[in-house]
Amino acid sequence: MLNYNKYTEVLINFKAMKLKLLIVAILIITSCKQEHKSAAESIDIAKKEVDTINSNNVVLEVYDYNGFEKFLNKKDDKTYVINFWATWCAPCVKELPYFEKLNSQYLDKNVEVILVSLDFPHLYESKLKPFIKKRKLKSKVIALDDVDMNSWIPKVNQNWSGSIPATIIYKNDNAKFFEQSFTYQELEIEVKHFFN
Amino acid sequence: MKKAVQIISVITLVIFISAFTMYEAPLVDNGYKIGDVAEDFSLKNIDGNMVSLSDYKDAKGFIVTFTCNTCPYAVMYEDRINDLNKKYASKGFPVIAIMPNNTDVKPGDNMEAMKVRAKKKGFTFPYLIDEGQKVYPKYGATKTPHVFLLHKTDNGNVVKYIGAIDDNYKDASAVKAKYVENAIDALLSGKEVEQTETKAIGCSIKV
Repeated sequence: MLNYNKYTEVLINFKAMKLKLLIVAILIITSCKQEHKSAAESIDIAKKEVDTINSNNVVLEVYDYNGFEKFLNKKDDKTYVINFWATWCAPCVKELPYFEKLNSQYLDKNVEVILVSLDFPHLYESKLKPFIKKRKLKSKVIALDDVDMNSWIPKVNQNWSGSIPATIIYKNDNAKFFEQSFTYQELEIEVKHFFN
Repeated sequence: MKKAVQIISVITLVIFISAFTMYEAPLVDNGYKIGDVAEDFSLKNIDGNMVSLSDYKDAKGFIVTFTCNTCPYAVMYEDRINDLNKKYASKGFPVIAIMPNNTDVKPGDNMEAMKVRAKKKGFTFPYLIDEGQKVYPKYGATKTPHVFLLHKTDNGNVVKYIGAIDDNYKDASAVKAKYVENAIDALLSGKEVEQTETKAIGCSIKV
């Protein structure tokens, strides 16, 4: 909790005061990165718990929290980056490319990004699936549809107030939770902590 | 060479990040907890007047609700916020709605848009703008909608409940637990609030 506070605080100050510098740094770093070929899709074949919708040529797995919980509890030495987002959430959409990039660039480091959409079910067809298709999202996208939020939000993390974007990075029993937006560099730094 | 530039950039970044850990910033996590006394504020309403909690001499408490025009969750709760005010303002618990977003980031939440939305939805409560974004961090609001129920006492306005309005954003008719109503009903009958905090998904407040 303390670390998290400190971290957010740092980010707030950092963003406010050194935005220009950050942008310059990002530009330098990203321009130097060699683009790997886009990563293969997740090899993890999760079986449906609630529903699988296949239209728009997009297969969407929809889970209630009980069905979804297994994605937070894998113990296979892989580093999982679980991002809670929605198409209606502007800061979420803004940071999606960073998660996509992470997923492809760190594939060989045994990292997998899972994008957990909290879009409204009645908009899966008209908003979410066209979005996934248009953006050509390569990371695994699943939908979490469970109205009883007060029962499941604290299970994801005790400190989560419920705002999105929110992200969990975990490997086996080691997990870190973030109720904040990320830049690509910030994401990289956090993910690398799990490599040791 | 490329590698070197990369490394230098990362090092520069890390140095700046660590340099700023020294700074003290107002933190959302330091917001009110149950039992804290909430400070009063003076915020501009959509009718142009300034509104403070102290204006409400006869109130027994307040349903302080952080909400906005642009968040789909907030929009889904508009009618229910209106209903809360209709039901409880006369019992001494009016809704005080506060729009906390930075309107440069979300122009759809600016004062003009707030006026339009309030008129369209027939808001019966004040819809205030947190200009300068000084009030929401004191409460510790992180998202819209986010409710803080205050109970007026001799010591000030005590925070009695923090969280969601009810347990079903999708369908008001399928709600099983009306968190805010239950809390007010308890206070009105002189009991303690049973469920003092709930969690719900919402849109992060735009800074």
